[in-house]
Amino acid sequence: MASHLFCGRVNLNILREAARKDLREFLDKCSGSKEHEVEKMFTLKGGRIPSAAVKNIVFFVRPRLELMDIIAENVASEDKLHPRDFHILFVPRRSLLCEQRLKEKGVLNSFTNIDEYILDLIPYDGDLLSMESESSFRECYLESDQTSLYHAAKGLMTLQALYGTIPQIFGKGECARHVANMMLRMKREFAGSHTQILPVFDTLLLLDRNVDLLTPLATQLTYEGLIDEIFSITNGYVKLPPEKFAQKKQGEGGKDLPTEPKKLQLNSAEELYAEIRDKNFNAVGAALSKKAKVISAAFEERHNAKTVGEIKQFVSQLPHMQAARSSLANHTSIAELIKDITTSEDFFDSLTVEQEFMTGVDTDKVSTYIEDCVAQKDPLIKILRLVCMQSVCNNGLKQKVLDFYKREILQTYGYKHILTLKNLEKVGLLKPQSTMRNNYPTIRKTLKLWMEDTNEQNPNDISYVYSGYAPLSVRLTQVLARPGWRSIEEVLKMLPGPHFEERQQVPTGLHKKRQPGENRTTLVFFLGGVTYAEIAALRFLSNMEDSGTEYIIATTKLINGTSWIKSLMDSPEENLP
Amino acid sequence: MAFVTANWNPLGESFYRKIELYEMGWNLKDGLRDCLVAAAPYGGPIALLKAHNRRSPSARPQLEIFSSSGLPLASFPWKSGMVKQLGWTVSDDLLCVQEDGTVLVYDLLGGFKRHFSMGNEVSQSQVLETKIFHSPYGTGVAILTGALRFTLATNIDDIKLRRLPEVPGLQGAPSCWAVLTQDRQSKVLVASGPHLFILDNTACTPVTPPGLSPQASSIVHMCVSFSYKYLALLTDSGHVWMGTSNLKEKLSEVDTKIKGSPKQMAWCRRPKSQQPSAVVMWDGLLLVVGECKETIQYHLEDDSILVPELDGVRIISGTHHELLQEVPGACEEIFKIASMAPGALLLEAHKEYEKESQKADEYLREIKEQSLLSEAVRQCVEAAGHEHEPETQKTLLRAASFGKCFLSNFPPEQFVSMCKDLRVLNAVRDYTVGIPLSHTQFKQMTLQVLIDRLVYRKLYLLAIEVCRYLKTPEYQGVSRVLKHWACYKVQQKEESDEVIAKAVSVKLADAAGISYSEIATKAYESGRTELAIKLLEFEPRSGEQVPLLLKMKKSPLALSKAIESGDTDLVYTVVMYLKNELNRGDFFMMLRNQPVALSLYKQFCKHQEQETLKDLFNQDDDHEELGNFYVKASYKEQRLEARIAHLQSAVDEYYKAKNEFSAKTTEDEMRLLRFQRKLEEEKDEQLVGFSLQDTMTTLLSVGLHKHAEQLYKDFRMPDKRFWWLKLKALAEKEDWEELEKFSKSKKSPIGYLPFVEVCIKHHNKCEARKYVAKVSPEQKVKAHLAVGDVEGAAEAAIERRNESEISTVLSRCSATTDHLLVERLNRAKATVPKKGSSITFTDGTLQSRRLLQEQRSERKRGYKLKRSCRP
Repeated sequence: MASHLFCGRVNLNILREAARKDLREFLDKCSGSKEHEVEKMFTLKGGRIPSAAVKNIVFFVRPRLELMDIIAENVASEDKLHPRDFHILFVPRRSLLCEQRLKEKGVLNSFTNIDEYILDLIPYDGDLLSMESESSFRECYLESDQTSLYHAAKGLMTLQALYGTIPQIFGKGECARHVANMMLRMKREFAGSHTQILPVFDTLLLLDRNVDLLTPLATQLTYEGLIDEIFSITNGYVKLPPEKFAQKKQGEGGKDLPTEPKKLQLNSAEELYAEIRDKNFNAVGAALSKKAKVISAAFEERHNAKTVGEIKQFVSQLPHMQAARSSLANHTSIAELIKDITTSEDFFDSLTVEQEFMTGVDTDKVSTYIEDCVAQKDPLIKILRLVCMQSVCNNGLKQKVLDFYKREILQTYGYKHILTLKNLEKVGLLKPQSTMRNNYPTIRKTLKLWMEDTNEQNPNDISYVYSGYAPLSVRLTQVLARPGWRSIEEVLKMLPGPHFEERQQVPTGLHKKRQPGENRTTLVFFLGGVTYAEIAALRFLSNMEDSGTEYIIATTKLINGTSWIKSLMDSPEENLP
Repeated sequence: MAFVTANWNPLGESFYRKIELYEMGWNLKDGLRDCLVAAAPYGGPIALLKAHNRRSPSARPQLEIFSSSGLPLASFPWKSGMVKQLGWTVSDDLLCVQEDGTVLVYDLLGGFKRHFSMGNEVSQSQVLETKIFHSPYGTGVAILTGALRFTLATNIDDIKLRRLPEVPGLQGAPSCWAVLTQDRQSKVLVASGPHLFILDNTACTPVTPPGLSPQASSIVHMCVSFSYKYLALLTDSGHVWMGTSNLKEKLSEVDTKIKGSPKQMAWCRRPKSQQPSAVVMWDGLLLVVGECKETIQYHLEDDSILVPELDGVRIISGTHHELLQEVPGACEEIFKIASMAPGALLLEAHKEYEKESQKADEYLREIKEQSLLSEAVRQCVEAAGHEHEPETQKTLLRAASFGKCFLSNFPPEQFVSMCKDLRVLNAVRDYTVGIPLSHTQFKQMTLQVLIDRLVYRKLYLLAIEVCRYLKTPEYQGVSRVLKHWACYKVQQKEESDEVIAKAVSVKLADAAGISYSEIATKAYESGRTELAIKLLEFEPRSGEQVPLLLKMKKSPLALSKAIESGDTDLVYTVVMYLKNELNRGDFFMMLRNQPVALSLYKQFCKHQEQETLKDLFNQDDDHEELGNFYVKASYKEQRLEARIAHLQSAVDEYYKAKNEFSAKTTEDEMRLLRFQRKLEEEKDEQLVGFSLQDTMTTLLSVGLHKHAEQLYKDFRMPDKRFWWLKLKALAEKEDWEELEKFSKSKKSPIGYLPFVEVCIKHHNKCEARKYVAKVSPEQKVKAHLAVGDVEGAAEAAIERRNESEISTVLSRCSATTDHLLVERLNRAKATVPKKGSSITFTDGTLQSRRLLQEQRSERKRGYKLKRSCRP
């Protein structure tokens, strides 16, 4: 079922199994028996819980006050004649504040069990862990609420309990520093309670999202990145317009088209997807047609099967081949859907402007393209992404330029967005130019963020994921592995927040003896979110010959520019009649 | 080895043995006579209250507590009321039930812990009899009151008193009664003359034991087995009836031929027992009854008490402490006279081997021929566990070890763990410790509990040694013991804070997972706040320090520790606590010094207490945030006036914050709202809440050009956007005449290509053509192509000598196009000068622009499109 978790260097299934065990234990406690048939699952909402013939109702919730009010309402409106047992499972941690709230609402005693389900890092793929904490970036950088960082530190402790102490910790940024401090403190607190395990990870790299604000703003150009940009991947699934997926069977040409969106799971368990997800979209077509040839060749094999043994062998491979064929059909359809967008003039125009900004062209002036887009009332998020990008690439905009953009946006999309603009300013995505000179070109040059000769088909550098732009965050990771951060001290100082290195004592006897040629394993933790393109870039580094390092990625949330900006928006609901 | 069986007595199919555990170390003048005695199971302590029923106030009885070997643990004069019953809880606490229903709880060293009452009804009608019992929920107390009613508490740690229903026809005290645990419920079984009743929460049900001897006219005694599964009844006719406690099945009935009332009766059973058996005690006589007619009789010299155990009955007298039990299967197999069981043979073989006799080989062969060697080893190991004498244990274990030598692949775990267990058991059975635990009991009780019991007795060193020897994880073993030690240490009043703190920190330094906060709590509870604070400093988990610090009213320290822990929920907890404790001013002051707490509290207020949020901003003179606050508030308002009032407050705050942009913008917003309302009233057009852009679009679409124009001027809207707006609005209305007028009103700031495109979009090629001529040269090609005029496009492209434009036109040439045109284009393309060659770049920007353009054409291969020149 979770085969995709096995494939990586680090077996993340251990984490998954540990989490499953905890859940089973809780359910055992609720039902008082060993059988836990989950009858139904409902999304939390006010009013009465839909009826279901069950004895136990378990609330799975994040510890947030507003959710407590909903739960209280649910419990209060329960049918008094047929009472059911209520239980709360807080994910990932119990909260006194929430329990206090339930008490105030007078329902705390209605719960048979109140417990926590410590699930900080959720395994998403063989090399990917996410906390799925949507508002983490907003909380940390806008609201100075570091709750998610505490959970991150706890999650890292769980990880170390299962995979051994990580001997080296590197980090860049305020949040990274905070997480590292908490980890070191917790390490001291739990001294001796951990079983001794040979360390699986050699290095942990903690990166603040605000060290690299640029990357998520850029449009991702990998296959998976584009799927996310256009259709948005949620919890490993994507919903696609159904037209392209209609089953075309012979003889029933005029059948109704399906109206329900097509839902597809996307992870590396699907062989073809694993192969193409991280390719630049321009290389996907070729890969798909190659695959098509291989598959049809495989089906052709049947003509060569002469003996009974050969036929038997062919038949035994059929299910696999059929799965491969349907997978190919799906991805061909997705690729077509994406191609409709990427070949549009709109897409190309905005990409051009993005690339101009990233290469430092005209970043100090009002961009006519943005102006036009506002005039056309293009989606607000698109405008915000571009303006923020220009600001980041220019290390702030001239006051006049900034005010112009702001006025344009407020007049066109409504004054209520003033709060959103302020939020963007607060987190540093938008800012007026200070007296300091624009250091972005220096950073770009030193870290080689723009590569002239990017090869999209057979990449030799991470810049392929944005067709020219090499994500800063990943560049930092790459430099850390070789030749080390000492070589870029100057640039590190220009980026916000401290950079640091910590070592954790590993008991003697647990020091890893590396075989010659054996790679190091680094866990890169993006605090505040990571994009699929960045993940692709890190996977590229892992797979590069003689890279010497393999990467496992952890994050507070999988993001893209749109979802990220959206999380920072503050648009009060209008209440006028 | 005849001596092993010397104390064996046969009863039916099996044997019973009485082992001496200790010669009692106490020196009691009158033995156990006239004493209230309670001995805890699992070899627990013994409590003794002498002369408890003498009512004279001057003679205060002495309450004494001893270990199972009779060593004194505590002794103090009893000053409270008349004690009816003593008993022990599962965690070795002593319960003293008084006549008035008050229960006093002492620890096993005589320290008073607490007291509780069994209810008004009990205290009014007084306690007649009481029984202390153990249920799955803990230790319970059952009371029979003077009013002949039963009151029950199943768990004294969570007291819920239950008054059981009345027993019909009960005139005086029942002849006997017992507490049963059935179906997770505690019930009382009462014998009133010949009748038996079961009392549960709701009902009193008469019951009849199946097959009870008809000679009996009343039941004089009853007892329930350790596991609550079996029940034994003694009738006035001297018959002992044994059966299951649900009274569904009879196991046996034996005539004791003694008619007197016994002093005590107890089950004598062990897990995997071969027969049910009970022990009945009269003055000077002890009788074991089983299934057969025969009984075993022991003579008692002294007053004794019976203590039922999981695997037998302990008999405590003034001088001796013995264990009576059915001989376990393995021991019987091995030691029974003339036994040919494999274990017995192995033992014999080993004996011969020690004597260096070749008979050893013969015995071994005999076992091996039947392939029973592993069974033999297993028997020896098991039997060793059941033997009390270390010498016998050793002999058996040596034999087992000898047998093991001839086995390959025999798993060693059982042997090894038995050796270790026995070593621990022998240590705790030692006279000085006095816990006569059998192996069966030890396994049932678990090591954890044994460690706890050692800790209760303050045998810290032994507890630590046991943990180390059994390699218990430090966390659950040594550290736990040390913590208890430290908790005890901090209560020693005679030592100074410094000395204690130092002693504790030195001893606990290397132990993992010590909870200093628990130790500090103990110190605080015994009134030593300073010591508690000192100890808290050793606590590495800052989160753990917080609750105690709050309790000690060290709130600033608590707050900073909570912040240090990083656990925001904890910070919230402290903040909420402070909010209730302090007055508002002090509370805000304290938050001000702790930015992390302040921002968390602001988060809380944002969702829960908007008004407090405002106060916080006010306190900090944070006008910017106040402005934002009012803006947000304005959107919650239903009425426009209220909304504008809020916005005005926001404007004021923004000015105070010197944020001119926000102030001006908000003023604009107010202006727009007023304008919208005015127009709504005048023109009846839905406008309020629209953005400026949308307002104007609406105005233009309904033809209110003047008003739109006014807004454009008032709000200093950029020309470009206004042109776009008007262009689109007019096209939408297909008001081509007005559009043309507009295009001529002045020079278009957005060029004329949009005019062309907008017309095409609305499928009006004819109108579109009107504007092609006006389009600037750079866009001309595109304009021509838009209206489908390939020739025109070609002309323009050739004129501009632009390679990429020519290519674009070429790509639009179809087969039907004049091939002359194609040729012309191709020729022109060939003559176009190569880019860059004729122009010299002078500055960096241009340089990068050139590079960019090249990349762009590179990318074109990928994205198959090229962005045309923008206006």
